[in-house]
Amino acid sequence: MQLDSKIPKGNLPDKWTSYSSSVPLVSPANKRRIDVIVIGSGLAGASAAATLGELGYNVKCFCFQDSPRRAHSIAAQGGINAAKNYQNDGDSVWRLFYDTIKGGDYRAREANVHRLAECSTHIIDQCVAQGVPFAREYGGLLANRSFGGVQVSRTFYARGQTGQQLLLGAYSALERQINAKTVEMFTRHEMLDVVLIDGKARGIIARDLVSGEIQRHGAHAVVLATGGYGNVFFLSTNAMGSNVTAAWKAHRKGSLFANPCFTQIHPTCIPVSGHFQSKLTLMSESLRNDGRVWVPKRKEDRLKNPLEIKEEDRDYYLERRYPAFGNLVPRDVASRAAKIVCDAGNSVSEKGQAVYLDFSDAIKRLGKDKIAERYGNLFDMYQRITDENPYERPMKIFPAVHYTMGGLWVDYELSTNIPGLYALGEANFSDHGANRLGASALMQGLADGYFILPVTIGSYLSKEIRTPHIDTNHPAFATAEKQVKDQINQLLNINGTKTVDEFHMELGKIMWDKCGMERTAQGLTQARKEIRALRDEFYKNVKVSGNADEFNPELEKAGRVADFLELGELMVIDALERNESCGGHFRAESVTEDGEAKRNDSEYMYVAAWQYDINNPTLVKEPLDYEVVHPSERSYK
Amino acid sequence: MKITLKIWRQRNAKEAGKLETYQLNDVTTDMSFLEMMDILNQHLIKEGKDPVAFDHDCREGICGMCSMVINGKPHGPLKATTTCQLHMRSFKDGETITIEPFRAGAFPVIKDLSVNRGAFDRIIQAGGYISVNTGSAVDANAIPIDKITADLAMDAAECIGCGACVAACKNSSAMLFLSAKVSQFALLPQGQAERSLRVLNMVEQHDAEGFGSCTNTYACEAECPKQISVTNIARLNREYLMATSSAQVVKEKNFSM
Repeated sequence: MQLDSKIPKGNLPDKWTSYSSSVPLVSPANKRRIDVIVIGSGLAGASAAATLGELGYNVKCFCFQDSPRRAHSIAAQGGINAAKNYQNDGDSVWRLFYDTIKGGDYRAREANVHRLAECSTHIIDQCVAQGVPFAREYGGLLANRSFGGVQVSRTFYARGQTGQQLLLGAYSALERQINAKTVEMFTRHEMLDVVLIDGKARGIIARDLVSGEIQRHGAHAVVLATGGYGNVFFLSTNAMGSNVTAAWKAHRKGSLFANPCFTQIHPTCIPVSGHFQSKLTLMSESLRNDGRVWVPKRKEDRLKNPLEIKEEDRDYYLERRYPAFGNLVPRDVASRAAKIVCDAGNSVSEKGQAVYLDFSDAIKRLGKDKIAERYGNLFDMYQRITDENPYERPMKIFPAVHYTMGGLWVDYELSTNIPGLYALGEANFSDHGANRLGASALMQGLADGYFILPVTIGSYLSKEIRTPHIDTNHPAFATAEKQVKDQINQLLNINGTKTVDEFHMELGKIMWDKCGMERTAQGLTQARKEIRALRDEFYKNVKVSGNADEFNPELEKAGRVADFLELGELMVIDALERNESCGGHFRAESVTEDGEAKRNDSEYMYVAAWQYDINNPTLVKEPLDYEVVHPSERSYK
Repeated sequence: MKITLKIWRQRNAKEAGKLETYQLNDVTTDMSFLEMMDILNQHLIKEGKDPVAFDHDCREGICGMCSMVINGKPHGPLKATTTCQLHMRSFKDGETITIEPFRAGAFPVIKDLSVNRGAFDRIIQAGGYISVNTGSAVDANAIPIDKITADLAMDAAECIGCGACVAACKNSSAMLFLSAKVSQFALLPQGQAERSLRVLNMVEQHDAEGFGSCTNTYACEAECPKQISVTNIARLNREYLMATSSAQVVKEKNFSM
């Protein structure tokens, strides 16, 4: 199988302009006759559905939550990057492009990333026009702050709730189109299969989560904006409902899954406190603007009151190891450094692993009020969860699974290898390489949804103007519907002894221990065996309560965990195949002399795209050509 | 710690519900309230019983999906805290906790503690937006907004749309939710063009959904997990009054006082 990334010819800075000027258009009269399905209503899904509706397409949008406003984009705290250079600190589209490519450890496509940087400025304009209340200076102009992995201030924010405000902006645009009847919204609906006719995506099978009804929906194209798969680890910063099911069903139907092992472990999360833990809470990366990360130098001090540990007895290990970027090194670097000091025995938590994030210097420098204004809601959240006051004692933090760079393989047009099937936002693999920089997920979701897909989908739909509305009586719909119903009945009838959550937790532990912050060939090989055994046991011994024809959250979870049990194995296979360290993927066998990740460009400079086969998936490689940037060792020292 | 739970069980919107009693002996103080519910459900599944349906998603206090009236208070006893951010250290060993759904005619029960809050989306559809198509915006810094006003708009925009204000109100009014959105856009220069029609259309939809009127008890503000202020309701009333005399409204809605 040959993959065509469809990157336009021409100079890098001109590619997107020349592409958008020459892509075929669909006339307003024809748009009215074309149906598009959008799955997911987060930043990517809501912005795509709203924009396609504005353009005049007939859109159906689906989300599993009770309202599109609840998608997990809402939980993003810190901010959104844009190359506005409002601070006059030397920023530019080129620098944002370069930082993102370097931050991704040279495993992303140049053309995609440059386009992302170009779109970034329009996103801010669009959001402000929608009434998104970004932080402002007293003069009335927009404020910025810094994020990890960069040396400029290009992050726009709305207190600690930037994701919420951006999502509510996209949600309001979506609700406006629902009112205008260009978009029909299906809340509490879950996509359970994609339907292909003659090799093209022509619709979906969905379950109404309230009534349990299995429905057929036809369309000329299907857009998946269904987020990431971090919940394969059970414990992550993702929402409880975040899942891989829609993307995995597409993968099973032939859509390639790219770089599944590229997961982001975020350095600043509240540590695990007990076996009952259901999720982990992120403390925004923006905290590293003013917080200093440290552990005691001496192991015997680790459980001592931190206020009594003298300055000279503290190891500010990020500032020590990475003087150029200090506490603002990228996430993968900061997480691994925390693991190293904790593995060495300097963890500051009695129960598990933790390091300090300390604001006392910043409070001395700026005053408590200023810190409260910047991070007040995060400090409050920390105190509610841990019962400790971060204004007085340093926060305890530890890395946790946060984001997945891997996802469905897409070309430059955001199309998967199945014609008519698109993937946006975190659900695709495209822009962040092996590590995503902070404040770039919001940027990518909105760039894909507002500015990229609405243009690129024309290249496909312009050839579909003679296709009538899709007939859902086609046998392909009947077959897909039967498969969905069979799987539901299978899960309900096993009637074993272990709950869905118990299987999910076991899977999560395998993934975290053997496919988490550090991976070895031996551990990965073992993990694959364990996941297969767990999957076999799941289909013999899972207990799913309730019925198919009612509101049944346990049944929803069971279907999602069944897919995670397949995805987990693919992640392990991918991690084993990539015998190099890059970005969030750290192979203990591939390190430099001073313990940093060692990339291997001569052998692994490609996108690893996998073709579904439950026993033996096939690897398809898309080589990465760097025409403009020269990949070098990624140094933040 | 040991806890006794009295939980509202209702199979679906049509059948009647009632409180059922459950005992939990393996609760710890560091557990979140929803983790306590998870543990209850694990026990129920193992016993072959139907687990309790409740809405939840982000568990970070921002998505607005979690609800529940706990011991008579929406989102439980702590001020400015959603149910998912509540921890068991807020309760005493041996305590009996009563858990019910958000109750309002406009929020029909789906199952147990899960309710349908689609009415909120329909209120937003009626006008909770600024009509700007993708691509037609001017440069973001071309619209300076003084910091005080921007902060006030942000205060209003922090609403998570959970519906606690409705559950707290004896009239089941959604005025706090509605006024937060009206205020955000009334304060900002971008919201001026549609200011009058927006408030009228949204109030009309609010009433059509069956939410009650505001009688200024301020229960909504007291229970709001995001501390949205009732001054937004005052602003809503002013906006409504001004709108009824605007030329745009008189023409488009054939409105007369």
